[in-house]
Amino acid sequence: MQFSEQLIQYLLSGLSTGAIYALIGFGFAIIYNTTSIINFAQGEFVMLGGMMSVYFFSVLNIPLPLAVLAAIPLATATGAVFERLAIRPLKQATHLNLVIITIGGSILIRGLAMLLWGKDTHAMPTFSGNEPLNLGGATILPQHLWIFGITLIIIICNRLFFNYSITGKAMRACACNRKAASLVGIDVRRMVLFSFIISSAMGAMAGIIIAPLTMTSYDVGIMLGLKGFCAAIIGGMSSGFGTLLGGLLLGVLESLGAGLISSGYKDAIAFIILLLILFIRPQGLFKKAETERV
Amino acid sequence: MKTQFLRLMFIFLSIVLSTATVVAAPPIKIGALFSITGPPSFLGEPERNSAQMVVDEINKAGGIKGRKIELVVYDTQGDATKAVQAASRLIKDDKVVAIIGPSTTGDTMAVIPIVEKAQIPMVSCAAGIKITEPVKRWVFKTAQNDSLAVARIFEHLKKRKINKIAILTVSDSFGASGREQLKNQAANFGIQIVSDDTYGPKDTDMTVQLTKIRSSQAQILICWGTNPGPAVIARNARQLGLKLPLYMSHGVSYKKFIELAGDAAEGIILPSGRVLVADLLPNSDKQKKSLLSYVRDYQRHFKAEGDHFGGHAWDAVMLLKGAFEKGAVTPAAIRDQLEKTRHFAGIGGIFNYSPEDHSGLTKDAFVLVEIRQKDWVLVK
Repeated sequence: MQFSEQLIQYLLSGLSTGAIYALIGFGFAIIYNTTSIINFAQGEFVMLGGMMSVYFFSVLNIPLPLAVLAAIPLATATGAVFERLAIRPLKQATHLNLVIITIGGSILIRGLAMLLWGKDTHAMPTFSGNEPLNLGGATILPQHLWIFGITLIIIICNRLFFNYSITGKAMRACACNRKAASLVGIDVRRMVLFSFIISSAMGAMAGIIIAPLTMTSYDVGIMLGLKGFCAAIIGGMSSGFGTLLGGLLLGVLESLGAGLISSGYKDAIAFIILLLILFIRPQGLFKKAETERV
Repeated sequence: MKTQFLRLMFIFLSIVLSTATVVAAPPIKIGALFSITGPPSFLGEPERNSAQMVVDEINKAGGIKGRKIELVVYDTQGDATKAVQAASRLIKDDKVVAIIGPSTTGDTMAVIPIVEKAQIPMVSCAAGIKITEPVKRWVFKTAQNDSLAVARIFEHLKKRKINKIAILTVSDSFGASGREQLKNQAANFGIQIVSDDTYGPKDTDMTVQLTKIRSSQAQILICWGTNPGPAVIARNARQLGLKLPLYMSHGVSYKKFIELAGDAAEGIILPSGRVLVADLLPNSDKQKKSLLSYVRDYQRHFKAEGDHFGGHAWDAVMLLKGAFEKGAVTPAAIRDQLEKTRHFAGIGGIFNYSPEDHSGLTKDAFVLVEIRQKDWVLVK
């Protein structure tokens, strides 16, 4: 096998995992951008999306497209309930408190999922067959195209929503300055709820489209959540192309590192990048440094 | 009159006392440490089920010499600290005479110093070779050593004249131990490892490692891990159109793997305890009787197929039962009797313990099975 073919396979593998990281990273970015907290329960919505569709599909025997369509609103509802019960009731909470609450929430959701669906790993059929597609000597599955396609659609929708719709703009205003936003008549609490709804729906979607490839279990959310967080950090917590590039970059570096250096360092590479970014460019790779006026 | 009354009284009393001794004979208390929850729950749950099942059956049949067995189970959650606490509790509070488990090598290694100090015999259900090598006075085990599984695969490869292999192991204690054994034994069989890669236990895509392996000189690939990693690898190998024959470890020798890997599981060869293929074994097989009864009982109680993980706990209880039947009820006597166990045909294999060998099995404890049409077949 040619080295160039190997390289193409590494890149393709990296891009497809990277797209997933990006999709999960968006969830982090959206909540961060409206509430300036980091929602560490984001990974659990990824898990919920996958587990719920597996449950609907293989236990309740609902056809796959319907199972998927049912899983998204349910996971989203969980996100909304989580916001209403765990985030909103806290009146004077600091950001640190809220972040810790999201960690607690993630442990709770994971525990409930374990009790409900057991500890086994579950498989789910792919959306359109298992026949690999050949691309310049490298192969990908049709499911990878679904991942690329859905990620792209979600990013474009996001972009349009946050830049051109009133609600989207209002959510961004909350991120800039909560008090000012509420003074001009924006219902900040509703915007926070919206952000949780949007990001849990996106997380669930990510969980669903990757489940046929990676399989799913009650604890897949931890690692995927962390990788998504890395992607969002690299992208400077932007809800646009920054996070997308961050995710893709992370995926590609991981797979090149594993392929060319050593597969033992795969996760180490992701977290070293995370640390480097946090030390050197905490505002993200693609953002100009902002000066904050106090 | 008076003598008659006394005589009656005596008879009455003796009846009461004799039944009282039967009823009040204290149960023999054995402790069990299993990872019923936590990541290694796929081990601990069938182990707990199997152990409880055997104990219930022994008690239903009247116990051992009139004494019932009481099983005290604690969950270690696959956490060495919790295993140590639970072991101390079993010894100090519950005053058990012997301990079964823990389920994982990590937990077992952590508990060993405690049972050695308290002088309580322990029959571990974990596979790590370190547990019984060097021999510890109070520690036995029922799970087959990794080294035996590796030897079984290598023997088969040698027969097929394959000498260049690639290995892909998971980066946890199971994979690390397998990797060590694969590397150590390769030279003895004239086998060369041309590609040595690892993957993380939670990794979701292994195409990178497989691409690397494809470009190497390897004739076959051995993957050492527990679910879900190996299933992902099987699927990725299919995606890449990898032509290399795939070998796996005994870590995936249960039905779940076939379910997860789907069509990609076809043709994979792996070493396994005999329990998977119990009904395919020739009638001359010494273990067949134990295997079939275990599979049948497990099916009846838990509506699931018994796997060889549960079998480790079944073996452990039966080994202890053997010792009790020979009259050993104190920890020291149980230990001595365990060490004298010979030709015990259990689920994991035929056990022959000796002062030099506390794991008791040979590589014949494993058979090679191949996955064909979503089921196991014996590889001759």
